[in-house]
Amino acid sequence: MSVETGFLFSGPRVEMPPSEILPVADASAVRNSRKRKGPRSTQLAARGEPYVWLMGSGLAIATLMILGLLFLVFYNGISTFWPKRIVEFTLIDGAKILGEVIRSERYQVSPSELAGMSAESRIRITASGGWSRRYLVRTGNYDLYGDDFKWVVESQIAGRALPLNVWLIERMEWGRAVGRLQKLTRDNIPLTRNSDEFYRIFSEVHGVAIDSKKKIARLQDKIGALNYALENSRLAVRKASLKYGDESTQHKAVAEAAAREESRLTKDFERLQAEIASIRSEDGRFRAYVFDAAGTLIPERPSSPVTPMLVSQIVRAYPANTLTLLKRIQVYLSRWVEFLTTEPREANTEGGVLPAIFGTFMMTLIMSLVVAPFGIIAALYLREYARQGTLVSAVRIAVNNLAGVPSIVFGVFGLGFFCYVIGGRLDMLFFPEKLPAPTFGTGGILWASLTLALLTVPVVIVATEEALAAVPRSMREGSYACGASKWQTIWRIVLPRATPGIMTGIILAMARGAGEVAPLMLTGVVKLAPELPFDSHFPFFHLNRSFMHLGFHIFDVGFQSRNSEAGKPMVFTTTLLLIALVALLNIVAIRLRSRLIKRFKVAHF
Amino acid sequence: MNNTQIVDESPVTLFGPIAIPGKQEPVSKTAQTCTDPEVLREKPVLEIEHFDLWYGTTQALFDVTMPIPSGKVTALIGPSGCGKSTLIRSVNRLNDLIDGVRYAGDMRLNGDTIYSPRVDVIELRKRMGMVFQKSNPFPMSIYENVIYSLRIDGENRKNVLDETVERCLKSAALWDEAKDRLDESALELSGGQQQRLCIARAIAADPEVLLMDEPCSALDPIATAKVEELIFSLRGEYTVLIVTHNMQQAARVSDFTAFMYLGRLLEYGPTKTLFVNPSLKQTEDYMTGRFG
Ligand SMILES: Nc1ncnc2c1ncn2[C@@H]1O[C@H](COP(=O)(O)OP(=O)(O)OP(=O)(O)O)[C@@H](O)[C@H]1O
Ligand SMILES: [Mg+2]
Repeated sequence: MSVETGFLFSGPRVEMPPSEILPVADASAVRNSRKRKGPRSTQLAARGEPYVWLMGSGLAIATLMILGLLFLVFYNGISTFWPKRIVEFTLIDGAKILGEVIRSERYQVSPSELAGMSAESRIRITASGGWSRRYLVRTGNYDLYGDDFKWVVESQIAGRALPLNVWLIERMEWGRAVGRLQKLTRDNIPLTRNSDEFYRIFSEVHGVAIDSKKKIARLQDKIGALNYALENSRLAVRKASLKYGDESTQHKAVAEAAAREESRLTKDFERLQAEIASIRSEDGRFRAYVFDAAGTLIPERPSSPVTPMLVSQIVRAYPANTLTLLKRIQVYLSRWVEFLTTEPREANTEGGVLPAIFGTFMMTLIMSLVVAPFGIIAALYLREYARQGTLVSAVRIAVNNLAGVPSIVFGVFGLGFFCYVIGGRLDMLFFPEKLPAPTFGTGGILWASLTLALLTVPVVIVATEEALAAVPRSMREGSYACGASKWQTIWRIVLPRATPGIMTGIILAMARGAGEVAPLMLTGVVKLAPELPFDSHFPFFHLNRSFMHLGFHIFDVGFQSRNSEAGKPMVFTTTLLLIALVALLNIVAIRLRSRLIKRFKVAHF
Repeated sequence: MNNTQIVDESPVTLFGPIAIPGKQEPVSKTAQTCTDPEVLREKPVLEIEHFDLWYGTTQALFDVTMPIPSGKVTALIGPSGCGKSTLIRSVNRLNDLIDGVRYAGDMRLNGDTIYSPRVDVIELRKRMGMVFQKSNPFPMSIYENVIYSLRIDGENRKNVLDETVERCLKSAALWDEAKDRLDESALELSGGQQQRLCIARAIAADPEVLLMDEPCSALDPIATAKVEELIFSLRGEYTVLIVTHNMQQAARVSDFTAFMYLGRLLEYGPTKTLFVNPSLKQTEDYMTGRFG
């Protein structure tokens, strides 16, 4: 039966090839339409022009929105660290306010406010339809005012000036101070009277203070190592008692060794403490007398209002209005360096984001390392090995839908499964001496990375499947014809050829994973984790540690800190940094891919 | 049963107006009737015996019986869609990769059966080389392309590999053009060079039979001439089974020619005999371009 239909089908093909009929029909149609409409009157729709406009404007709108967002982030992120001038406002009631003007805005004056104004300004404001202008001034001195910002209303301003001896001082604690530097002292003896020399003398004194700060940090590192050793010897004792019992000789031997170790470490510890104390007291001799706009001394700490601040408390200080452009650039760059290379201070609103950069980077890397093999293997099975049928289609649909599950759900799963189930087991097996304090049984960078890997694996699977499907059949057949097995063909021909496509999937997964925050909040991200997930102690990478993440940092600084207005500039710089980091990771991956593509590019056809 | 019935009817169905009753009675009922005795005198390296093949429910090959003489070039001609590719791909069981393919009958390579569940297909394919219609170099260097079949056998001795590359590229007339760029990607070669590279790759493992499916269809006349020269020079050393649409080519390179039509082997004999004095009307029509 079927054979006969085969014959019938091939019959007409021989007798009248369709290719001979079609071109003729086409040609006559074209000729006819020309006759009807004249040479140049093709319809607009026929040329596809309206669709070009439609699609073009769609693209333009999308591009504009993205560019707008990027510009906003970029502008705010870039300008945050620029040292602005400090303006002194004198208000009508005689009060003075010193600070950087952050922004100004027009606002609708409320009737009650209007009633309390002078007749002159009332008339002016009513004339402009009830609108007036106000300025947001970053006054600093949180310890004195209980706030970092103040709104200054236009109608209240009697005068403004740029006083010369006003300094902006960034402190280790309490944020910025803004005020007039009156003198620098050593043991209460002024180092200089001439205010022209302040900058030079301050730089000298501050340099010394910074050196001693570094010294202290080094000593504190040593103390950290001592603590680590101490903790280890205690854990060894506990391990021995768990293993051999409290009365055993082994336990006693270990305990004795630990006791000896402890007394030795304690001695070291005390010696280091004494060293630090002596450096601190040396630092304590240098003080800076700074007075705010109202003439109040800005103290070392709010509890003792008459003690001037320590030079060693100061991170950075500059006379904001007399700074040359070069110095201004210097300050700007040094702020960036601080931002990129130090740990956060002041509930994350000041200082740097190094741990967050590092955490984001490590997490993305671990995630990629996990997601790539899993995604590729899954896609290989689906595309190359599994028999294509309803089951495989169902799996495929399920995988695609996985991408639509809210990411917080993955977070919950990660917490329940990775942290509690797997981590808990690991703790029981390998770290019983530390229990009940969890080692792996709580959020950590490994679990967060695994959760994100789970979240992004559909992206890799879909991209890999597509890449595998795009490998020409002829290449596979060529390989089989050479006597290659299925696996050899996949390994030597299909996978290399599909690599660029697979890389695309991994790039997308990386971008998605690096920007994800919600699931991390449940599986290991914390507000502050000064300990990086890797250090000089064996095994160097501590995958159980919790970590900081730029995305979470943005959320935390912008919406969770004591005063989010102060954190706002940090939000933009951190966002800029996160975008830059993701872009960097992507560029590296894209570079890699384009090199691969070049290798597979067909030069001739 | 059904089969024979169709065979008997087919000439009438197809060539109603052109059919010539006198010349037509020997249409392939059995292989012996269509194969010239001169072919049978040769020592066969590959024997195709009563081979049928179905794509799903459509039968593409009907009872093909065809011995391929050792050390000779055998050309396979016939109109498009008559099953030449299907037949040549059946020899190294590439059709196994297509879903829904069924077959009956057998083939033997130097006496070893090809179609049996116990046959190791991978070992079998290693004994043959294949060149495809469209050149398909692998995404790797020229060097690696040539030695691909050695690599998958785990051959890593540098001198063996070097020697193979030189020998095969020389056989494929590509050595002079490629010897200075062996480490470059094979995909940067021109189309003709790529095809010759595929030939070099196919002969790298010393195949017992070399299968070529329209190897010149995508090449310009000069590249075609080179490949033809190559095929001509391979005779004696290798057994070649080549599919071609080009009658002149078949006449130039082959010792024997087989004419296939609608899944059947209609005529098979020495090239000269077939071209000068075809015994079937269809063969003559096809070769003179009156259809196909
Ligand atoms: N994968 C397939 N699935 C189903 N039918 C197929 C398949 N491949 C080939 N066929 C059919 O089998 C018949 C023989 O095809 P084949 O490719 O062997 O022809 P051919 O002689 O090589 O033609 P050409 O000279 O055009 O290459 C054709 O009718 C074709 O439609
Ligand atoms: Mg073909």
